[in-house]
Amino acid sequence: MLNYDIVVIGGGPAGMAAALKARECGIESILILERAETLGGILEQCIHTGFGLQYFGEELSGPEYADRFIKQVNEQKIEYKTDTMALEITGDNKVYAVNKTDGLLEIQAKAIILAMGCRERPRGALNIPGTRGSGVMSAGTAQKYVNIDGYMPGKKVVILGSGDIGLIMARRMTLEGAKVECVCELMPYSSGLTRNIVQCLDDFGIPLYLSCTVIDIHGKDRVTGVTIANVDENRKPIPGTERFIECDTLLLSVGLIPENELTRAVGIDLDRVTSGAVVDEYRETNHKGVFACGNVLHVHDLVDFVTYESQTAGEGAAMYVLGKKTDSDQVTTKGVGAVRYIVPQKINLNNEGDVKLYFRVGNTFKNATVKVKYNGEEIISRKRPRLAPGEMENVVITNKMLQTFSKDGVIEISVEV
Amino acid sequence: MTKKITCVTCPMGCPITVEISDSGEIISVSGNTCPRGKTYAENEITHPQRSLATTVRVEGGVHNVVPCKSAGPLPKEKIFDCMEAINKARANAPVALGDVLVENVCGTGVNIVATNHCPAKI
Amino acid sequence: MCYDVAVIGAGVTGAFAARELSRYNLKVALIEKCNDLAMGTSKANSAIVHSGFDAVPGTLKAILNVKGTAMMPETCKELNVPFKPIGSLLLAFSDEEMKTVKELYDRGVTNGVHGLEIIDSAKLHEMEPNVNPDAVGALWAPTAGIVCPYELTIAAAENAVVNGAEFMRNFAVSKIDYDGSVFTVSDGNREIKAKYIVNAAGVYCDEIAALIGDNSLHTIARKGEYMLCDKTVGNLVSHVLFQCPTIMGKGTLVTPTVDGNLLLGPTAIDIEGKEDVDTNADTLALILEKAQKSVPCVTTREVITSFAGLRAHLECDDFIIGKSGKNDKFINAAGIESPGLSSAPAVGIMIAEIIAEDAGAEKRADFNPVREAPVRFRHMTNEERKAIIAKNPAYGRIVCRCETITEGEIIDAIKAPAGARDVDGVKRRTRAGMGRCQGGFCGSKVVELLAEELGVEINEITKCGGNSKILYERTK
Repeated sequence: MLNYDIVVIGGGPAGMAAALKARECGIESILILERAETLGGILEQCIHTGFGLQYFGEELSGPEYADRFIKQVNEQKIEYKTDTMALEITGDNKVYAVNKTDGLLEIQAKAIILAMGCRERPRGALNIPGTRGSGVMSAGTAQKYVNIDGYMPGKKVVILGSGDIGLIMARRMTLEGAKVECVCELMPYSSGLTRNIVQCLDDFGIPLYLSCTVIDIHGKDRVTGVTIANVDENRKPIPGTERFIECDTLLLSVGLIPENELTRAVGIDLDRVTSGAVVDEYRETNHKGVFACGNVLHVHDLVDFVTYESQTAGEGAAMYVLGKKTDSDQVTTKGVGAVRYIVPQKINLNNEGDVKLYFRVGNTFKNATVKVKYNGEEIISRKRPRLAPGEMENVVITNKMLQTFSKDGVIEISVEV
Repeated sequence: MTKKITCVTCPMGCPITVEISDSGEIISVSGNTCPRGKTYAENEITHPQRSLATTVRVEGGVHNVVPCKSAGPLPKEKIFDCMEAINKARANAPVALGDVLVENVCGTGVNIVATNHCPAKI
Repeated sequence: MCYDVAVIGAGVTGAFAARELSRYNLKVALIEKCNDLAMGTSKANSAIVHSGFDAVPGTLKAILNVKGTAMMPETCKELNVPFKPIGSLLLAFSDEEMKTVKELYDRGVTNGVHGLEIIDSAKLHEMEPNVNPDAVGALWAPTAGIVCPYELTIAAAENAVVNGAEFMRNFAVSKIDYDGSVFTVSDGNREIKAKYIVNAAGVYCDEIAALIGDNSLHTIARKGEYMLCDKTVGNLVSHVLFQCPTIMGKGTLVTPTVDGNLLLGPTAIDIEGKEDVDTNADTLALILEKAQKSVPCVTTREVITSFAGLRAHLECDDFIIGKSGKNDKFINAAGIESPGLSSAPAVGIMIAEIIAEDAGAEKRADFNPVREAPVRFRHMTNEERKAIIAKNPAYGRIVCRCETITEGEIIDAIKAPAGARDVDGVKRRTRAGMGRCQGGFCGSKVVELLAEELGVEINEITKCGGNSKILYERTK
């Protein structure tokens, strides 16, 4: 059996940032477990630029952003094992993992940081009817084929879902010579960043059909086309609006789901909206010594925020190991109305600093006001020119405010127009 | 004539209208909320630029391709020419992040640089 | 070279026919038009081993179902295929339906089904707390069970191959000649010779029979659509739940699968042609509605995939197994719809016996009925895992995260007798890609492993044979 102070599950941007912060906080004994062959996580295939504007103040590609952290991990001599899959976490913070060279690993940790990332929603989850030949894949799978393996997965493409990966792949496939016929979005708005709609679709004349979905997939062995249709306000296809679009590939970019199999199996409380763990301001779950950060906690739109959040988790895990993170009375946070969720869901009242609350809205708003209430009383009111489901927002609860709170109080965030 | 542009400088995404004279001069810019929007719109009309990220074929590497990007922005209208030039380029493994893979692509004065490492296949 | 028997169609019937024939001194060829085993009805059905109460007494369906189901535990043990004898409950929602329950009870007793019992509402809800409170009673059939139909087919075919049978894929029979003693079976490119033919071509049985001038069969392809739910709801019910049958089939069922998912379906629609396995939005909604009649708490939230299969229905509504009226060396196994899976071990024996008797073939002393158990990393204890990785490090690398499938298992599936040649083949043999992400992560890894093991470029690999290539040429 191996012993480490902190075991980090996942060597993507979240895991690396958490591990580095924990080291900075004085923890020597850290092990990162990464299932892929290299550190870096999904950033390795995100070769477009736009990463790091917040954190580094410059525009990097995914691999470049990852490389900055990989370098530091190596410089700091933080141990890691790649090609290694964590199979199980036990109630007493043991991790079972497996790889080709070590075989089955049994690792006792004082603290565990969950940083497994997320996966894409597959076709089945959407229940799109039709045939089942080749040519239907998630946008991320196509991204791997094009950017890492160097093979084209299709030539005439329809993309369902206007999330950022879908938009990025529309441009990427076009640059590599494919014809992207259209992007269909079920909702009346795109969840992608405006910048991506302009530079990935408009630049190449790729139409974006809002309130539109794929209702049938044709072709026996290989996709030969899809039928798309407009949808009503209940997202049901409107009869008479069906049209056939010839294509050989359907890429799906219809949402991301945190990968919480390990989390669920050990009995950690999950948030129904985020599909990630319920955590406190240091991202500690209700399972003592188990922290979570990055896309496994809630899906982020910018990796820079993943980094910040993971540093918080790394610091929390270090404090836990050093005995500096003590039990405390807590208040809870609650999204109201258009505010779909808030992370963290809990704040310890013995926290000595400010606490940033991240939240996401379920609608687009212009010139709205974000209101924060404590036990019904307004404590923050802030105008926002624009709020959108695709863009994570935050408000800061100052330590001064925190000190006026008491056990089991509730912080509510809402949006008023 | 007028041209409609969505500003991408920040997440606001202001819809900007640019009025252009017959001789191609910008007469007015409207719809922007801040001065950055005006600059963006003017650039989009006079000399739109884009950064380009793609891959270069690698010989003898652990992967077939290595990711790369333009070291600076490229004229938008040259993007597909640049893609063609980049697609013809070959890199020999090992490739290191930052290696120049194509110099002065299509005479733009901009280099194409590797954005990841690609070790040689053992 | 001349085979003794050419079995046309590598579904569950063909696979068991080949296995049972290979018990004898007979050289067997198992011919399949697709790129893999179990590509028709056998890969998309209810996965139920029926107790045998619903077939009309005296029919082949009734006789072979009861016999096949009785053999199933032992057969699955030999073939190392998981079989769960969880029993079935036929639900009644009215006094009228209770009459049907009684009729089927009597019919089951006549058919020789053991252990049948009519239970009341209280007992039913004690056994299945999530069943609709409106259900007034049920027919309890303890001998029914669940098995993975393609796993059973693959195991039977592997066992046949290990015992000397040859598997030929992508062989779509288009011509059969008979010179008085030997058949020549051709797909237009290749041909093989055989003294006997077994027609186990599923929905295509009529077309294969017509190749020797036997126009007595008329198969109707009856489509059934299903929805498969995540393992998180796999324990919603613990028995196979039927509704009272209609003329078109056994009604919508709700059942756990051997792998722990929850299966809903099927519908029953007679279709034009024999290829349409599309799923339809309306039908899927209907399945849900009907499934909710049995188990109201079922929702679409947990659906991970939907699929459709075709049943080979004959107007006579029974199996036709025996020598063709046109040629007594040509054995039909036609109309094998439900309970074809349950009957398969018995159907295999029946076919083998017809041929062995006619040919005067002897049973071999060296027949090995055991198909070695494939490695199933996810079911191993940690001690077993350590041991197997020490033996072969490939079992230490997880390829499919959702289902915990190792590289070693995938390579085994490719190297197996009649092994996988495409991504779906790997999926059916190992479950890689069958989990929540449906191959989003492991799909490309499986493609790489297939290419490596088969010695081809990755853009040669298909999803399911034919034109189903996954990748085009290199980007540059």
